[in-house]
Amino acid sequence: MNILVCVKRVPAPGARIVLTDDGQDIDTRHLGFTTSPHEECAVEAAVQLTEKHGGSVTVLTLGPPEAVEQLRYSVSVGAHRVVLAPAPTTEWDPEATAAALVEAIGQLESDSPFDLILFGNESADSGGYQVGIRVARALGRPVINGLKGIEINGGEMVGRRETEEGYEVYRLPLPAVAGAKEGITLPRYPTLPGRLKSRRATIEETPVHLTPGAQEMVRLLNPVEEQTETIILGHGAEAAPGVVRLLEKVGLL
Amino acid sequence: MSLILVFVDNDRGSFSPTGPEALTPAQSLADHLGARLEVATVGEAGRTALEQLGLPGHVVSHPILSDYAPEAYGEALAQLADHVGASVMMAAGDDRGAEVMAHAATVLDRPLVANVTEIVTAEETGATWEMMRTRWGGSLAEKTRLRSSRKLLTIAPHTFPAPGPGANPPRPADIFPPELPEHLARTRVVERIRLTEGLTLATAPVVVSGGRGVGSAENFAILEELAELLGGVVGCSRVATNNGWRPHSDQVGQTGTRIAPDLYIACGISGAVQHWVGCMASQQILAINTDPEAPLVTKADYAVIGDLHEVLAAVIAEIRAGKP
Ligand SMILES: Cc1cc2nc3c(=O)[nH]c(=O)nc-3n(C[C@H](O)[C@H](O)[C@H](O)COP(=O)(O)OP(=O)(O)OC[C@H]3O[C@@H](n4cnc5c(N)ncnc54)[C@H](O)[C@@H]3O)c2cc1C
Ligand SMILES: Nc1ncnc2c1ncn2[C@@H]1O[C@H](COP(=O)(O)O)[C@@H](O)[C@H]1O
Repeated sequence: MNILVCVKRVPAPGARIVLTDDGQDIDTRHLGFTTSPHEECAVEAAVQLTEKHGGSVTVLTLGPPEAVEQLRYSVSVGAHRVVLAPAPTTEWDPEATAAALVEAIGQLESDSPFDLILFGNESADSGGYQVGIRVARALGRPVINGLKGIEINGGEMVGRRETEEGYEVYRLPLPAVAGAKEGITLPRYPTLPGRLKSRRATIEETPVHLTPGAQEMVRLLNPVEEQTETIILGHGAEAAPGVVRLLEKVGLL
Repeated sequence: MSLILVFVDNDRGSFSPTGPEALTPAQSLADHLGARLEVATVGEAGRTALEQLGLPGHVVSHPILSDYAPEAYGEALAQLADHVGASVMMAAGDDRGAEVMAHAATVLDRPLVANVTEIVTAEETGATWEMMRTRWGGSLAEKTRLRSSRKLLTIAPHTFPAPGPGANPPRPADIFPPELPEHLARTRVVERIRLTEGLTLATAPVVVSGGRGVGSAENFAILEELAELLGGVVGCSRVATNNGWRPHSDQVGQTGTRIAPDLYIACGISGAVQHWVGCMASQQILAINTDPEAPLVTKADYAVIGDLHEVLAAVIAEIRAGKP
């Protein structure tokens, strides 16, 4: 069972997203970086599947040299092999990103195809909801997005997708592609031996061609937020009567 | 005359709650450009709902399309777009809309702009357009430029109202039979598991939500107690999910559930943007936090400054004392 997971390095903004003056990027001078929780859970799901069925997990990212940080993190939580497809930024439109990932996957699959390729349901920052589907179609493999459960059963991937009333079940023949949502499983924290291993891990590189697509970011803008005047109902236990009056006003009591 | 085609998904005959929302910006665009607006849904089960829209409509029909099957849906809609000569294709950016449009865009070898909130400049269908779209689940806006003679977009959910019922008198829709290779049935729903739940996070009138400040799984008992007294459910932040204190189905936010209850009670949650986008549509927000400067406190309508365990215990005692 050989699994590939594609992850994207993104900044981790806190209470506010601050933009650079030219509006071309998030001001990341004071920010850490991460990947989407969907992708973090995809890596965990892949590691668990190989713990059960054997095989290995490869993690691939298209991005700047700093994205090695996200690759090392994935080693610390169980990935076996990590690959950087070097690119000056991650700011490519979904068509360009997908084409570059297809090229990288082609190089990684020179021996045999991955049984499973996992993506996040959507990237955390640009959220195009399509890179995984474009890659799967280019490879001619079945794909389903938004999975909250995944199992391997013989030659099939069994996926569960949440709906308003419960779950839908899908059965895809392998090799297959899927997009994971956070909650598909609970990601582990890195262990000390995991961290040590990640520091020594070899970062493979696979060069890819990138051509800007037809969709171009002009600038980023903070959405206008209405200012609210917060009414302080009180401090500590003394605030209880005020809270109860609010609950009555809203019609909950 | 150019043609705008809108895909509205139906699940066994019913439109998704956000599905018809795309019709509102599509109609404005059609009026602005003098374009023709047509609608499509997949499967005969959706015919009645489609015909009620009162627009020129196509029911896409094929044995493989007996249930949701995104690969086949995307292929079929791409064929319909070619058949009617659509220069613009739109759908709601909900789970299925986004997925089907990504397939259709790949089949048509076209770009797809996801989660559009406004079409800024669109002089004619073939030209370069500028649009506003969301990033970071709605925390950030992007102005984007699209150079493509054929345009595919999804519309950010909850941005436009769906057209009111009876906006147009019902009219019969035609049938469009796509040609689909048999193997596309491989991604069709094979089974449904119903979970008989009463109130859900998405529908509860009040959500009592906890974050890192709650401290442990056991400490959520007091939030459960208040939620039950008020007829609501418990929610949580990602820290609570990641620590294994709550299931992910309780998580509010960008990678959790977006909610709009009458009242959101956020206990020990700081208010990171990724959490805020999940709860900002609430009618009223009450934050309980030891830190008066916490972003959620400053953005809330009401706040109590203090230890959440003390505050919740006092509130529950007060409610019980007031009950006969
Ligand atoms: C791409 C991405 C997606 C994400 N998606 C989500 C998401 O869907 N949902 C989500 O929630 N997060 C999400 N996050 C994580 C988010 O950035 C924050 O890390 C998270 O919301 C913080 O959770 P918290 O408020 O519980 O913890 P903290 O930020 O640590 O805040 C704890 C708060 O509790 C208060 N407190 C402490 N003790 C007490 C006490 N005894 N009584 C009262 N108050 C107390 C503190 O003053 C503080 O304000 C995402 C992050 C990324 C990068
Ligand atoms: N630069 C990238 N490198 C690797 N994987 C990516 C990259 N961008 C997007 N992806 C993958 O594609 C998924 C969907 O992205 P998107 O279509 O942008 O929402 C993400 O969750 C990632 O798994």
